[in-house]
Amino acid sequence: MNWPINWYGTWTLFRKECWRFMKVLVQTVLTPVVTALLYLLVFAHVMRDRIEVYEGVSYIEFLVPGLIMMSIIQNAFANTSSSITQSKMMGNLVFVLVTPLSALELFIAYVGAAVLRAVMVSIGLYVVAVGFVDASVTAPLVLLIMLLLSAAALGVLGLIAGIIADKFEHLSAFQNFFIVPLSFLSGVFYSIHSLPSPWRELSHYNPFFYMIDGFRYGFFGVADAAPGQSIFVVSVFLILVSSVCLWMLHKGTKLRP
Amino acid sequence: MQAAIQTRHLSKHYGDLQALNDVSLEVGVGEFFGLLGPNGAGKSTLISILAGLVRASGGEAAVLGHDVVRDYRQARASLGLVPQELVYDPFFAVEDLLRIQAGYFGLGRSQQGWIDHLLQRLELTGKRNSTMRELSGGMKRRVLIAQALVHKPPVIILDEPTAGVDVELRRTLWAFTRELHSEGHTVVLTTHYLEEAEQLCERVAILDEGQIKVVEGTAALLARHPFRFLSVTLDGDAQIPEQLVPLVDSRDGRRCELRLPRATQGIPEVLDALRSAGFRIADVHTRDPSLEDVFVELTKHST
Repeated sequence: MNWPINWYGTWTLFRKECWRFMKVLVQTVLTPVVTALLYLLVFAHVMRDRIEVYEGVSYIEFLVPGLIMMSIIQNAFANTSSSITQSKMMGNLVFVLVTPLSALELFIAYVGAAVLRAVMVSIGLYVVAVGFVDASVTAPLVLLIMLLLSAAALGVLGLIAGIIADKFEHLSAFQNFFIVPLSFLSGVFYSIHSLPSPWRELSHYNPFFYMIDGFRYGFFGVADAAPGQSIFVVSVFLILVSSVCLWMLHKGTKLRP
Repeated sequence: MQAAIQTRHLSKHYGDLQALNDVSLEVGVGEFFGLLGPNGAGKSTLISILAGLVRASGGEAAVLGHDVVRDYRQARASLGLVPQELVYDPFFAVEDLLRIQAGYFGLGRSQQGWIDHLLQRLELTGKRNSTMRELSGGMKRRVLIAQALVHKPPVIILDEPTAGVDVELRRTLWAFTRELHSEGHTVVLTTHYLEEAEQLCERVAILDEGQIKVVEGTAALLARHPFRFLSVTLDGDAQIPEQLVPLVDSRDGRRCELRLPRATQGIPEVLDALRSAGFRIADVHTRDPSLEDVFVELTKHST
């Protein structure tokens, strides 16, 4: 065995993590697609007379990128956090911890699988959305960058939450009091320009806002913040949470007491 | 002697609780070694440090000379751990679990022959496509052993492998671990069944309250135990003579077992004293101490 980087081990863990969510595809991919579709149907009906948010962009078109990104955020987080917490609670995390996988290799494998799930959910949602609205993409590169950066950042956050959580209750608290509010309050359903002060200014401190806004730019070529700024903020956020997560994995925080 | 396992001044505390205290231990390559101790003695902590599941608070530990922290990749690749708890991943079939486990160690398709051998040797071939949920407790235990061996580690630690298994499986596991040992593996066994350690292990360490009480060859440990046991079945209503009362180890109806210091207490004198007290001796039986007696002697305060 040569050990500069255990690529095959990393690949195996990545594949196992993908295999894990694909074995319950209805729960992990189909359900989020259906949930987002319900949002779309309800809002399309209720808000059909609402004025355009951006010129030439109907409200329902405006909604699609936000809903896709919200699903990316929630599913990338759920993939890593539930996998780690479940393995910890069932005790089978021991089979990963006794292996020669390094902190970086564990990180790559877990976060990689979370990104793949988020990509699959977003493709599913996009395919469904195309049936309702004109979902043409203006800046595909920005769209792809925002998708990957955001999914990775939330995969990392999920990993951190999974490491910290001792039971599913902790995880659900993290999800319900942190991830869901921040994603809902980050411009999924509205442009932050329509918010009163100080909420409008405060939104600029929410990294999830840049994830959604940058992603929206990919669709329309127009958004509340400049795409470069969104990519920068989300990149910095990703680096920050990755550093914390890698440090925790390296130290064995909560995993190797 | 090259050390398969070596610890130097190893310590571990969880807050105020000192789980391991200055444990220095060496297990030679190819040994069949027993790690004994009452619950909470620190056995699992010691094993967990060796396997990389727990970080030591102080001291060093190495597997085949590879430090478990600095050179963790080689240390972990050298070690196979069979955990005590029946833990498993419910999503996957037995063979998939073994392939995945081998994969973590960087081993791919080349390992299939060995996986087939393990499945066959542990009588799991017919269950290779079953998920863990579908298996009995004994079968789950065998899968855990296969998982620990899938990367062909030279050093194997079995943490209470026969706890809660039926007699037949226990014998199968004994035979299998003996076979592994005869093939050159170093085997470290923790067990509550002291008879198991007595039959299998060449050397044992007794751990108590986080400290090593004794490390010795099993036979030598038993031989230097300063007592032997005399069991007598007594008829009559007499009282045990006063000088023999401190020697009584247990009493069950007519049967009385006495623990006699080898050096100072002869059997004929004891029998004479009992007869003089008015007993008729219906039966006499002697036995040498078992590992359990040594164990109880060394860990008296914990029991």
